[in-house]
Amino acid sequence: MAQFKEISPNATATQKLANWFDNRFPTAGAEYRKHMSEYYAPKNFNFWYFFGSLAMLVLVLQIVTGIFLTMHYKPDAALAFGSVEYIMRDVPWGWLIRYMHSTGASAFFIVVYLHMYRGLIYGSYRKPRELVWLFGCAIFLALMAEAFMGYLLPWGQMSYWGAQVIINLFSAIPFIGPDLSEWIRGDYVVGDATLNRFFAFHVIAVPLVLLGLVVAHLLALHDVGSNNPDGVEIKGPNAPLDAHGHPLDGVPFHPYYTVHDIFGVAVFLMVFSAIMFFAPEAGGYFLEYNNFIPADSLKTPLHIAPVWYFTPFYSMLRAITTEMMYALSAILLITVGWVLVKTSASSLTKLLLVVLAIAFLWMFNAFGFTGLDVLQGIDAKFWGVVVMGGAVVILFFLPWLDKSPVKSIRYRPGWHKAVFGVFIVDFVVLAYLGTQPPSPTGERISQLGTLFYFGFFLLMPWWTRLGEFKPVPERITFAAH
Amino acid sequence: MSDTPVDASKRTWLIASGCAGAVGTVATAIPFVSSMQPSERAKAAGAPVEVDISTLKLNEKLTVEWRGKPVWVVRRTPEEVAALPKHDAELADPESKRKPDELTPKYARNETRSIKPEVLVVVGICTHLGCSPNDKFQPGPQPSLPDDWPGGFLCPCHGSTFDLAGRVFKNKPAPDNLQVPPYMFLSDTRLLIGEDKNSKA
Repeated sequence: MAQFKEISPNATATQKLANWFDNRFPTAGAEYRKHMSEYYAPKNFNFWYFFGSLAMLVLVLQIVTGIFLTMHYKPDAALAFGSVEYIMRDVPWGWLIRYMHSTGASAFFIVVYLHMYRGLIYGSYRKPRELVWLFGCAIFLALMAEAFMGYLLPWGQMSYWGAQVIINLFSAIPFIGPDLSEWIRGDYVVGDATLNRFFAFHVIAVPLVLLGLVVAHLLALHDVGSNNPDGVEIKGPNAPLDAHGHPLDGVPFHPYYTVHDIFGVAVFLMVFSAIMFFAPEAGGYFLEYNNFIPADSLKTPLHIAPVWYFTPFYSMLRAITTEMMYALSAILLITVGWVLVKTSASSLTKLLLVVLAIAFLWMFNAFGFTGLDVLQGIDAKFWGVVVMGGAVVILFFLPWLDKSPVKSIRYRPGWHKAVFGVFIVDFVVLAYLGTQPPSPTGERISQLGTLFYFGFFLLMPWWTRLGEFKPVPERITFAAH
Repeated sequence: MSDTPVDASKRTWLIASGCAGAVGTVATAIPFVSSMQPSERAKAAGAPVEVDISTLKLNEKLTVEWRGKPVWVVRRTPEEVAALPKHDAELADPESKRKPDELTPKYARNETRSIKPEVLVVVGICTHLGCSPNDKFQPGPQPSLPDDWPGGFLCPCHGSTFDLAGRVFKNKPAPDNLQVPPYMFLSDTRLLIGEDKNSKA
C-alpha cells in the first residue's frame, strides 16, 4: 500500500477531497498522469495526427447510438426491416440516431483509412512500434467484421444478398468450406438464425473485442511513445531532456493535444453533420438504394455491391478469374526461375523450391488446360477469397517488409512519394470498380490494380532500400506558430 | 530465479492438470460451437413442395421456394431444346460430369438436364457465391452478354452465364452448373420438388 498522505488542516475543501480520493484510489491519478498530463508527445504533430482521436470519437458515437437503436430494433427476419422503418418514422428522433449510426459507420472507415495511411507514410509501424501496428491491424479486422454484420441487420435486399455472397466465400475453402458456411449461417440459406446471431455479434461480441484491442493499441503506444512526421525519436538515449527530465521536443498530451484534438473534433463534426443532415445516403454509397427494399430470398437485385469501404477488397476478389490464375502462375514461374538462376542458394533449397512451385502451380490450376482430371487444381473462386483475405493480412507484415533506412516519407527519395501516390490512386480505382457492375475493361483494370497492390507490399524489401535518401535531422523540425 | 531444485513430481502434476484443463475447455466449447449449427427446426423446414405447372406457358418461369432457396421451373420451346447441344463447346461442363451426386441427379444427366426435355427444374442460385441469376431468355446480342448468346441466365453479381439447361459457360467465376434438385412428376402437370423416386428425402 502506498504511503498515506496527510494534508494540512488549512487546505481548501477541494484539496482535502482530492487528497481523500488519492489516498483511497491512487491508480486514478497515476493513470491520468501516465496517459494524459505527463504523456509526452512530439510537438510537431500535423493534420494527419487528428485521425487517431477521431477514430475514438466515432467509436464512442457508434456505441452510444447503437445502444439506443437496440431499444427499438427487432432481430427477427419477419420484423427487422419494419422495425428499422419504425425507428425512422415513428420513434421520436429515431431517424437522427439511425443516421448518426449509419453515417458513423462510413466515417469510421474514412478516419481509420486516413489513420492507417498516416502510419504508412511516416513509418509509424517501424521498430519499436510493431505491436502498436499489429494491434491496429487487428482493430481494422474487427471493424470489418463489425461493419459486415451490422449491415445485415436492416434486412434489406443489399443486406441479405451481400451477406449471402460473403458467407458463401467461405464455402470456397476446400473440404470444410460448405459445412463452415452452413455453420456461420445456422441454416441452409441466410435466414432468421443468421440475423439473430449477427445481431449478437454486432452488439456485444465484436464491440468487446474491439474495445479490448483499442486499449492494447493505446497502452502499447504509450509504452513506446508516439512517432511523428519526421520519424525521429524524442525519447531515448540521444534525445535531449529538459531540467525536469522530460523530452525537450515533446509536450504533455494534456492540455496541448487535448485542445488540439478538440479543434479537430469540431471540424470533423461540421463535415459529419453536413453529411448526416443533408446527404445521409451519400448518393447511394453510405446507404445503398436497394437496401430500402425488404430482403427477398428468391430474387437477387440486378446489381449488388458491398458498401464503399469494402469495395477495394471486393474488386480484388472479382479480379481473380481463371485467366488471372494463369497470369499468377506465370509470375510464380518467373520468380522461381530468377531464384534458380540468379541466387546462390544450396541445391537442396532449390530442389525444394521447384517441388513447392510445382505443387502451387497444380493448386493454381495452371495445368487445367490439359483437361486431365488428376491435374485439376483448385477453382479460381477459392484463390479469389485467398487474395481478398491476403490483401488485409498483408498489412500485418508491413513492419518487416519495409526496409527503408529512414522512417518518414520526408527523407525518402522523391520517387518513393510517387509510388505512394500511385498506391492511393490504385486503392481508389479498385474501390470505384468494386461499386460498378462487372465489365471486361473493369476486370482487366482491377487485375492490374491487384497486381500493383500486392507488388507494392511484397516487393517492399527491395524497392524501399533503393534511391537516394535525404539526411535525417538529429531532432524534429518544428517552427513555433 | 529461486535456488531450490525443480521438484519433478510437482511439475508432472502441473502438466497433467494443465492438460486436463485444456481437455475440459475444449469439451466446454463443444456445446457453444454446436449451438450455431442449423437447428432441428431449420432441418425440418426442408420438406418437399408440390407445384402445379399446368398454367406455365412456353418460355415462362415459375419460382417456388424450397429450403429457403428459389427453385425455377421453366417451360422451354422445342426449338430451344433442339438448340441446346449446339453450344456445348462453349460450356465448362456440358455433360454434367462435375460433382454429379451433388448437382445433377441420375435422371437429369442428359443434354437437357431434365426428366421431360421441355421442363427445366433447377435451383436458381449461382454456384459462385449464391446470388440468384436473372432471366435472359432472348437470344442474340445484348448488354453484358456475348453476341452469339443462345438464351439462358445471367448472374448480376459476378457475370456468370448459364444456358437454358442451367449449364455454366467457360471462363466464368461460377465453377459448376446450376443444381438440379431431386424432383419427380406426380402427374403430367404436377411436380414434387425436394423428393424423387430414389430418395425419400
